[in-house]
Amino acid sequence: MATKASRSAARLMMAPAVVLLLGWMLVPLSMTVWFSFRKFLPLRGGDLGWAGWENYSRFVSSSSFWPAVSTTLIIVGSVLVVTVVLGVLLALLLDQPFWGRGIVRILVIAPFFVMPTVSALVWKNMFMDPTNGLLAYLWRLFGAEPLAWLSEASKESIVMIIAWRWLPFATLILLTAIQSLDNEQLEAAEMDGAGPLQRFGHIILPHLGRAITIVILIQTIFLLSIFAEIFVTTGGAFGTRTLTYLIFQRVLESQNVGLGSAGGVYAIILANIVALFLMRIVGRNLDA
Amino acid sequence: MPRAIRTQRKLLTTAVAWFVGLLIFFPILWTFLTSFKTEAEAVANPPLFLNFDWTLENYAVVQERSDYLRFLWNSVFLAGGSTLLGILVGVPAAWSMAFVPSRRTKDILLWMLSTKMLPAVGVLYPIYLIFIRLGLLDTRVGLVVVLMLINLPIIVWMLYTYFREIPGEILEAARMDGANLRSELLYVLTPMALPGIASTVLLNFILAWNEAFWTLNLTAVDAAPLTAFIASYSSPEGLFFAKLSAASTMAIAPILILGWFSQKQLVRGLTFGAVK
Repeated sequence: MATKASRSAARLMMAPAVVLLLGWMLVPLSMTVWFSFRKFLPLRGGDLGWAGWENYSRFVSSSSFWPAVSTTLIIVGSVLVVTVVLGVLLALLLDQPFWGRGIVRILVIAPFFVMPTVSALVWKNMFMDPTNGLLAYLWRLFGAEPLAWLSEASKESIVMIIAWRWLPFATLILLTAIQSLDNEQLEAAEMDGAGPLQRFGHIILPHLGRAITIVILIQTIFLLSIFAEIFVTTGGAFGTRTLTYLIFQRVLESQNVGLGSAGGVYAIILANIVALFLMRIVGRNLDA
Repeated sequence: MPRAIRTQRKLLTTAVAWFVGLLIFFPILWTFLTSFKTEAEAVANPPLFLNFDWTLENYAVVQERSDYLRFLWNSVFLAGGSTLLGILVGVPAAWSMAFVPSRRTKDILLWMLSTKMLPAVGVLYPIYLIFIRLGLLDTRVGLVVVLMLINLPIIVWMLYTYFREIPGEILEAARMDGANLRSELLYVLTPMALPGIASTVLLNFILAWNEAFWTLNLTAVDAAPLTAFIASYSSPEGLFFAKLSAASTMAIAPILILGWFSQKQLVRGLTFGAVK
């Protein structure tokens, strides 16, 4: 039983982490909220006073806002679909017995450890370059005109680059989940004459439901703040400017801090809505 | 199933799995191979796979021209420093939550997790401003603190899920034998907690190594790690495929090796213990 002394000791041990995170959250957050109500242009006069809700309405009514929202949704949504669908298939494949499972598993997981700037640049230059890229070579091999990937199919290219890095993550988590499935249940179903598709639809997929939800929520949080992949490939051009990138440009490139901060507040609200769902699942797991 | 069919099926699965595995791994393999080519061989048409004159020249050029070792040292410093700091702060917190839980423990854990969800871009300018005021811009110390803070929730969570698996009875037995808090920590818990701590260190090192928002926005020259080093190859140097490949290989090789050791921890750490 915890004594009174150990309780206060516990509180003391928790204090540094709690205080640090509280500071990390509250200080910048309140500054962002404060700036969002100011007309604040560091390079053109500095803090020019109270702006009320003007930044908020201007951020939303600017011509780049809705395109940025739709770009964000398209990129995040496509990456999610690609990684979850392929991830389930890959996890099923890797769960089968075959020779060299350990090595193949390592090969599949590897892209997740590649830093985003590297994966973006390698794809951009060595694969998607319209003259010397490997994809251009493949296209020519089949008699097709090579694509200038990052300008002509910019969103698809970004999705491909990001999905390549996140597919291993989805696969790994789904594989872990599949492996926790009770094999006897599957065997019993097989004995009762259930075909592979039925077994997948009625046993495996329902079992994976929770893992899929977790993959979707965690990826959404990371994908909403995708930055480096766009920074080093298109720099936000060709319709690849996401909400995160738009805010980055407002704040650091055009140094309109008030406007960018209002955008930041929107992004924080959006992320919190997603986070709420994730925390509910994780929280339920804590009670179990 | 008859044995022959089973073997046949296994053979087929092996072929498909290896094909898919190699396909996914191919960009990394291709980068690795290209790093040993000359620039002319790197863009040869048709592409050269293994039949080229292997050379180490690109590595020498990259080191000489962009001082790779300095960026490498920054990466090691930032990832190592932030992980160490995070462990120092995280272990006591996770320990107390796992062994002396109170009514608020769950809320505190969830709240910590919620700080991880704060979109970085939303607080970019405040952090930038604070860094300028405190003279921390482009310093390693400043970045170590930021990286520690963004990963602290994951550190606490991972440690917490590991610590919770240590049976409480052992502690009670130690207490019965007259162990005080200090010896309890030192001789009973630490040995049992070490594997969990090691996994947490590993995963965090990887996450900090690959972090590419704060490292790109808060560094310029002095504190820039490998993420920024590679970003500087964005253009026009990126068109020199062999050199880009050598630089990329050097940036990812250390962490790829570490990463392969940490697959299991990765699942646990990144799902906050929800999938084990």
